[in-house]
Amino acid sequence: MQLSKENLLAFYQTMVTVRTFENKAAELFAAGKLPGFVHLYIGEEAVATGVCANLTAQDYITSTHRGHGHLIAKGGKVDLMMAELYGKATGYCKGKGGSMHIADVDLGILGANGIVGAGQPIAAGAAFACKYKGSGAITVCFFGDGASNRGTFHEAMNLASIWKLPVVFVCENNMYGISNCQRDHMNICDIADRAAAYGIPGVTVDGNDVVAVFEAAAEGVKRARSGDGPSLIECKTWRWRGHFEGDPATYKNPEEQKAWLQKDPIPRLAQKIIDLGYATDADLAQIADAVKAQVAAAVAFAESSPDPVPADVLTDVYAGQ
Amino acid sequence: MKKMTYAEAIRDGIRVEMKRDADVYLCGEDVGKFGGCFGVTAGLVDEFPGRVLDTPITETAIIGSAVGAAAVGLRPVAEIMFIDFTGVCMDELFNQAVKMRYMFGGKAKVPLVLKTICGGGVAAAAQHSQCMEAWFTHIPGLKTVMPATPADAKGLMAAAIRDDNPVIYIEHKQLLGLSGDVPEGEYVIPLGKADIKRPGSDVTIVAWSWMVHRALAAAEALAKEGISAEVIDPRTLVPLDKDAILASLAKTHKLVIVHEAVRTSGFGGEIAAVVAEQGFDLLDAPIKRVTAPDTPVPFSPVLEKAFLPDEGKIIQAVKELF
Ligand SMILES: Cc1ncc(C[n+]2csc(CCOP(=O)(O)OP(=O)(O)O)c2C)c(N)n1
Repeated sequence: MQLSKENLLAFYQTMVTVRTFENKAAELFAAGKLPGFVHLYIGEEAVATGVCANLTAQDYITSTHRGHGHLIAKGGKVDLMMAELYGKATGYCKGKGGSMHIADVDLGILGANGIVGAGQPIAAGAAFACKYKGSGAITVCFFGDGASNRGTFHEAMNLASIWKLPVVFVCENNMYGISNCQRDHMNICDIADRAAAYGIPGVTVDGNDVVAVFEAAAEGVKRARSGDGPSLIECKTWRWRGHFEGDPATYKNPEEQKAWLQKDPIPRLAQKIIDLGYATDADLAQIADAVKAQVAAAVAFAESSPDPVPADVLTDVYAGQ
Repeated sequence: MKKMTYAEAIRDGIRVEMKRDADVYLCGEDVGKFGGCFGVTAGLVDEFPGRVLDTPITETAIIGSAVGAAAVGLRPVAEIMFIDFTGVCMDELFNQAVKMRYMFGGKAKVPLVLKTICGGGVAAAAQHSQCMEAWFTHIPGLKTVMPATPADAKGLMAAAIRDDNPVIYIEHKQLLGLSGDVPEGEYVIPLGKADIKRPGSDVTIVAWSWMVHRALAAAEALAKEGISAEVIDPRTLVPLDKDAILASLAKTHKLVIVHEAVRTSGFGGEIAAVVAEQGFDLLDAPIKRVTAPDTPVPFSPVLEKAFLPDEGKIIQAVKELF
């Protein structure tokens, strides 16, 4: 598939936005400005970007505890996200969700999720609703290698398969579930092999190559849209940082870490863009600067936003009240 | 009005809502071809092709998928065959369904009905007989419905389906064959409105689900001995009609709470606490609870009979107040 200049520059912009947002979040967290947990996606940006580039605003995603990248790639606004990380009233969830629960149902974002594996059946259900309504929309379910060991994986995959649901399951295999290396938590090398158990296609791709991810996702999305049912895409990638901010990640193999840092998906894409003559270094720097300004504005927005008022603790429990 | 059994009334409630709103669908194990483990959903699969879905044995996916479908605009009625099996999908309920709206700052709606059945009396033993309602009433964001009569079963099913929140609708095995007058066509009973099943002036008995009928039998017997018992059926535990209970106590000044669930941390304790907080001055006697003991439900009919609250135990509790 020949991707256009616009496609590749849009990928670049999204990946740089995720990276910049998250580097900022790391800095803010270290400075004690963000309450709670923050799980960063740095190094994995190509997955969300390549997958979501196949989606429309009508399509749905379910996300994980490591959700910032998915949300940005699906169109989430960085100012509302940042305000939510601060717990401000202006945040996506009015300060009630925080990093792990950011959602924008209008944008098809059915939430980051604090429960590993919980998004899988939810995605199946959202896909069922799309099929039922004949809306033509589909659902993408992001989850980690660790989550692929939960019972929800089996139940959701099986249900989606027998009901031929328009859903694409995207496993982000960053090789770790907290400290637990994939080698120790499963006896197979490729999680995509598990698709065979459900009679659906499963492919493994280089998750640090946004074009490879885009192309694999395009297949899955096409299949889902044309009524042929679900598929499983495994994207091999690497979590650069600890499981959460503050985790020194001493359990990681330093050699492997070093090797993966060399495979940074962002310079890789930049090189491709430059080689194709679609932009110059200076053009790309300009994009990065604009993103930096946008993220700085998001921080300013968050910092100048009001806290929720204590009485808000009682609101939003029930609809219609 | 039409004579229907409780099971038929539930089915009629679902049927009317499915006719009215194409976004309503039914899913669960054996709800289609088989007509439901207790026959409650019989025939709906033919009436609503594509909208009554037989699922695999997959409780997590039944509730998890219902959450996703509800968040995206459908109104699932998802059956978990026995309330005893809800443990398998508790995460989908108490971490997903009920929190989505709150965690998302009010920007999601999860109008799902978890339909299930509770209760003993058929020697189904410990894993198919429990009354677990207190588990669910302890979950903010969830509403809990426990109808006792055919008419209530229909009207509350309609309200549960129309509600924009997750609702657990708990049927009772003992009531399925109970017959009564049920309004035809669209019929909705608002959630949170108690029903005085029998008026009285000497003592208030609060009971729900099957226990309403045991309380009524006890009240009948008590009347012969000159004690006038008012039987209040809250019908929904969340929202709870506190006013109805307090208003009754303002007349009777004595309270007996009856539930089939085990005693410790049962919902009867919650009602007692509400009355202690808001109606202490109305009481002329200590509050009494008639409940099952704190044990799993036994199998042997002899043991199960001893386990379940019955008229005799209710009558005795009432008499201890005089
Ligand atoms: C049901 C559940 N069990 C455990 C946890 C604690 N936990 C949070 S993230 C995580 C690891 C998840 O690993 P993976 O799915 O591979 O995602 P990754 O963090 O690598 O992106 C664990 C065990 C949880 N949040 N939910």
